[in-house]
Amino acid sequence: MSSVVDKSKVPWWVSNLIVPIVNLILALLVSALFIFIAGENPIEAVKLIIYGSFGYIEGFAYTLYYTTNFIFTGLAFAVAFHCRLFNIGGEGQAYIGGLGVYFAAIHFSFLPVPIVWILAIAGAIVFGGAWAFIPAYLQAKRGSHVVITTIMFNFIASSLMIYLLVDVIRDTNQMGPHTIAVAKELWFPTFKEFGELIGIKVRYSPLNLSFLLAIAASVFVWFLVWRTKWGYEMRAVGHNTQAAIYAGISPYKNIIIAMVISGGLAGLLAINEVLGVHHKIVSGFPAGYGFTGIAVALMGRNHPIGIFPAALLFGILYQGGSEVTFDMPNISRYMFVAVQGVIILFSGALENLFRPQVESFFVNKLNIRKKG
Amino acid sequence: MVSPILELKNINKSFGHVHANKNINLTINKGTIHGIIGENGAGKSTLMSIVYGLYQADSGKILVNEKEIKLRSPRDSIENGIGMVHQHFMLVENFTVLENIILGFEGELIFGKNLDKAKSDLKKLCESYKLNIDLDSVISDLSVGIRQRIEILKSLYRGAEVFILDEPTGVLTPQEVDELFKILRSLKEEGKTIVLITHKLNEIMDLTSEVSVMRQGEVVGHTNTSNTDKEKLAEMMVGRSVLLRINKSEAKKGDVVFSVRDLVVKDDLNVTRVKKISLDIHAGEILGLAGVTGNGQTELLEALSGIRKVESGEIYLFDEKISDQDNYLNPRDLKEKGLAHIPEDRQRMGLVTEFKAHENLIFGYHHQEPYSKSSILQEKEIMSFSKKVMEEYDVRPTSPNLITSNFSGGNQQKIILSRELNENPKVLLIGQPTRGVDIGAIEFIHQRLIDMRDKGAAILLVSVELEEVLSLSDRIVVMFDGNIVGEKINKDVTDRDLGLLMAGVA
Repeated sequence: MSSVVDKSKVPWWVSNLIVPIVNLILALLVSALFIFIAGENPIEAVKLIIYGSFGYIEGFAYTLYYTTNFIFTGLAFAVAFHCRLFNIGGEGQAYIGGLGVYFAAIHFSFLPVPIVWILAIAGAIVFGGAWAFIPAYLQAKRGSHVVITTIMFNFIASSLMIYLLVDVIRDTNQMGPHTIAVAKELWFPTFKEFGELIGIKVRYSPLNLSFLLAIAASVFVWFLVWRTKWGYEMRAVGHNTQAAIYAGISPYKNIIIAMVISGGLAGLLAINEVLGVHHKIVSGFPAGYGFTGIAVALMGRNHPIGIFPAALLFGILYQGGSEVTFDMPNISRYMFVAVQGVIILFSGALENLFRPQVESFFVNKLNIRKKG
Repeated sequence: MVSPILELKNINKSFGHVHANKNINLTINKGTIHGIIGENGAGKSTLMSIVYGLYQADSGKILVNEKEIKLRSPRDSIENGIGMVHQHFMLVENFTVLENIILGFEGELIFGKNLDKAKSDLKKLCESYKLNIDLDSVISDLSVGIRQRIEILKSLYRGAEVFILDEPTGVLTPQEVDELFKILRSLKEEGKTIVLITHKLNEIMDLTSEVSVMRQGEVVGHTNTSNTDKEKLAEMMVGRSVLLRINKSEAKKGDVVFSVRDLVVKDDLNVTRVKKISLDIHAGEILGLAGVTGNGQTELLEALSGIRKVESGEIYLFDEKISDQDNYLNPRDLKEKGLAHIPEDRQRMGLVTEFKAHENLIFGYHHQEPYSKSSILQEKEIMSFSKKVMEEYDVRPTSPNLITSNFSGGNQQKIILSRELNENPKVLLIGQPTRGVDIGAIEFIHQRLIDMRDKGAAILLVSVELEEVLSLSDRIVVMFDGNIVGEKINKDVTDRDLGLLMAGVA
């Protein structure tokens, strides 16, 4: 029986907590099957994932480093999505954001370090936002769908950056397509340095101050979307454009605002990569985080509080997954791409597959308890 | 000789609390054109959707050729020879006529002989019913009149014996209507049966041999068309049920505060829906605008409230021109000038149903103090305001944090009402104030509107509910086909007069 559940009777924790967890468990079961078929023991694999991502301090730091990137790109997608815009362009926006960081760090290095950092953050936001502005404008004024234009803009960004990295801003003393390094004092303090400060010995890990920036960005997004006039108007346009027009809210303006903020957040990924890890622009540094961010946001229900655990989960899969491929010869790194795919499938595309059953199960159970 | 082709027995259908069809019994005889007439919301379309298999009745039987059948989907209906020509055509814009007609009935994987055969069959059908359709033209190039003929051809090709036409003339020009009627008559001559759903009395008199009248979900009358006339039908259609006349004093009319001059407005499809209308509304009066849905009221309201562009003509608020063909003030500016608008369709326009109640209670005013200060929403202020107005307007449940879609229709309407009336507007435009609202709330809403009037507001009330227009308005105008067809002082008007005006007869 597919009974329709009265949505108002479903407690928030069932739809926002239990259902995602059920989906996740199902995804992991299917993934376990993959690993089993590949000839490895799924339970051992899970142990390795947990050990790899939490079992030792460097592993944990790696997990949080990946999490940082997913938070930025997840938040970016979520902001646009509240205005019902599918921003697939996080990848390109992050890439272009790198230019802003780089130029600020190179051209303003004479200023005090914290000021340069702020300028670099502003640069990431402005460049990422500007890259999102073009598709936003085209959507608002010309009706070109952002899904299409942002995908195209990823390719344009990639080609543009390769051109710049090869012909314009390449470190001419080196062979590779990357820029010169920014001044050492501008490098973001790492977890390693922090560990030394409080007396924990950490070998290399890419985790750096950007993690705190990601947390700050989460708070910012929450405040923007639910506590400001702009967020309110963006959500109104996203839910019901007709009503927004009736209330005197301009859809055009809000499409542009939402996309620019979204692009700016994606641009922040460049802070983690350029100031925190590589200390220069290397070709292809967004490395797919922009795309995975879509899954993170969808899984996190486009709310910062949901995006954090979703980003952490993908961080665990990235870090734990590389540990598994290292120790289990039959599992290639592509297997973990498949596992991610299965998780995205279950928590995105098949999100509502078991929702009615799970919700009606809990609703019935609660009813019985109330009556009894 | 006369045999029933389609019989409905005790059909019931409810949507939530709304009983859309109550114990409907209807017999359609073979080879006739049978009219079904009734006001908006009388349940005509619901009934026909049941016959076409789009909805399932809660109870009751459907018989075709005296055999009981079950209709679970439109495909079942088609197999039983029932075809439907919808109000909104179901055609694929970038397909040709031929492709549209065979859609879903392609037969084999690769088009070949079947397609040629279909084409020659269709050509024959076109000739024998004088349909005059080019099978190879692309839908997007064709006029609405032709599109409608394609729908008819589609049903013919699929072997329909009964054709249901839901408000077929609403979107047609007079010439196209003549063409359509010719086609319908030739269908009848070939022994096909036609069910014509309409609210236009002229069409019933012109075309049908039998007519059934529906009111508030029930069939209230059935007769041969030759035994009746427009006046009698109008009476049956409007009903003589008790008028819920509200106690109100004589209006204290002030100056004209809102006026419209030669207004022309087009809809999204570029069809002119408002044709040179002029109106004056005085402070302290309620001007009722009656009319059947789709006669331009929606477009008029949208133009007056700054949502829709004005094609030509002018709108004045307190002697200040607010709109003409070059400029129009947007709703936010108009709100600031004291004009409030309660839209006809609250879920499509008046509310964001996914928002919490308190978010909707400030909708459109959210940028003003005290709700926002330097662009930051003032949670405390909004909450205390929400609680206050929800109590004042008796919105139930009084929970500002509840998602709006969880409120009943009446309470959703009260949310809008409290939001707009709280601003004490000088001019209030209100569309269908009580559509889908329960009786208790109706009285409450009506009383509030009278109070507003007595405080000196100028109110334009647009409603398809005649009783509502009659009980609230001080002056009544009727809109038909984009024009104002009559103006009456409420005291000396009867519902029958209005019914005739609404149907475009008088």
